[in-house]
Amino acid sequence: MEFLFDTATPLGWFIVKTLVILGFVVVLLISLAFLLLADRKIWAAVQMRRGPNVVGAFGLLQSFADFLKFVLKEAVIPAGVDKPIYALAPVLTLVTAFIVWAAIPVAPGWVIADLNVGILYVLAISSLGVYGVILGGWASNSKYAFLGALRSAAQMVSYEIPIGLVFVTVILLSGSLNLTVIVEAQAGGFWHWNALALSPITLVMFPMMVIFFIAALAETNRPPFDLPEAEAELVAGYQVEYSSTFYLLFMIGEYLNIVLMCAMIAILFLGGWHAPFDFAPFTWIPPVLWLAIKIGFAFFMFAMVKALVPRYRYDQLMRLGWKVFLPLCLGAVVLVAAWVTFAQGGG
Amino acid sequence: MEFVSILPALAFYLFAGTACLSALMVVIARNPVRSVLFLIATFFSVAALFVMLGAEFLAMLLVVVYVGAVAVLFLFVVMMLDVDFVELRQGFAEYLPLGGLLAFVLTVELIVLGATFRLPETGIGAVQSPIDPGISNIEAFGLVLYTDYAFFFEAAGLILLVAMVGAILLTLSHKKGVKRQNISDQVARTPKDGMKLVDVKPGEGLG
Repeated sequence: MEFLFDTATPLGWFIVKTLVILGFVVVLLISLAFLLLADRKIWAAVQMRRGPNVVGAFGLLQSFADFLKFVLKEAVIPAGVDKPIYALAPVLTLVTAFIVWAAIPVAPGWVIADLNVGILYVLAISSLGVYGVILGGWASNSKYAFLGALRSAAQMVSYEIPIGLVFVTVILLSGSLNLTVIVEAQAGGFWHWNALALSPITLVMFPMMVIFFIAALAETNRPPFDLPEAEAELVAGYQVEYSSTFYLLFMIGEYLNIVLMCAMIAILFLGGWHAPFDFAPFTWIPPVLWLAIKIGFAFFMFAMVKALVPRYRYDQLMRLGWKVFLPLCLGAVVLVAAWVTFAQGGG
Repeated sequence: MEFVSILPALAFYLFAGTACLSALMVVIARNPVRSVLFLIATFFSVAALFVMLGAEFLAMLLVVVYVGAVAVLFLFVVMMLDVDFVELRQGFAEYLPLGGLLAFVLTVELIVLGATFRLPETGIGAVQSPIDPGISNIEAFGLVLYTDYAFFFEAAGLILLVAMVGAILLTLSHKKGVKRQNISDQVARTPKDGMKLVDVKPGEGLG
């Protein structure tokens, strides 16, 4: 049996990689179930409600109950839909949301694909997510879904540009597109992290983190930028005609993208898996837990924004992306490039 | 082990096959939205071929730019178009001679090119390993792009800038008599200059 798990042989490598990917997917899904619950609990706490508290102790099993409810419902396919594309759209959303995680390093050496172009891979695959939205809206043969899809696609394409430019500033500082190298460049305590470093460039990088956070809210269609789902105008946006498992796939895909954005904040700006202090009690906690804590913190901020901030108007959203973030990010790229060239003596 | 050595060839034929097949489907699909989808599949297969060649940077750029941006705009336009398919098919016979001629000329050109093209004997080694394997893809690109071809690269950027300014200028129109929103004015408003308290006497109104 041992030859099956020997990574030196191609067969063993294939089996081990498949098992690792499967394990990672399961861990992601289970964490997602509890993050979903956390999202609802935080929202409820801000509004002085209890939130889900019936299924399991403190409602801990609520997400699993929801999962069963979604899966056991009848899938209603409306008349006049373009069936292949209607079925393809949620699958596309889910698959793209999962495969981005291949390039995310969760601990030293714990990465499924250690790509040299890791950060570009994340950008490329997350830009594919827009197809699930736009195809779902179009194939549904419903004007509400179509309008929601158009809004959502325009919003996601617009906010990819500031996100890309924020990535450029981090790439310039770290001198690499490899996410593992970017994390390693921030080793040695929180005063080396990109967003909190003890150097003048932090005056640029910390605002970049804030911009990335806001752009990530818009990119993932989260409140206050959830205009594609504005229930007062569009019923529920692009997935209004979807039910049961199809809808579940959309929802898992959306939440995975949100967690991915949290992970990117942790990796690019908050030192990834590194402990905030590089000495004893802090280094006892395993690196993967540190990353999880940072992702959890970023997700908490996402949930708080949802609870606290009222929805934007659509033209304000576009103005923010194109007229505020784009010039700011371009300026920041120039500043960081100048810093790397003149203060650090070339990157 | 023999199975492993043919894996790259298998992958190549898979991606090349999907690329050709979806390129064909772009033309013969009846629904324009599906045509665009097949176009995206073509881009994607070609990106996979780039990865197989070791040009992962080019592959990612292809996906980011063409799949992530250009094809989305295609899809937008095609979805908005009100295309009459019956009318489209009526014109088929009319355009057949011209289109057929074009297709024939292109095919003959391709065959002639394929039959006469030879790699120079000395150049094969250079083609197979154009960059130092010690440096990454992006570094290799940067070293060529920003040194030997810096001038052409910046010229290309300038042309794109001119095209962008032109496109904005063509579509930008300031209509007269339309109230425009000025965000800084709105933010700078205070209760003092935005509101007036009037002591209205009963039965008189504001007059």
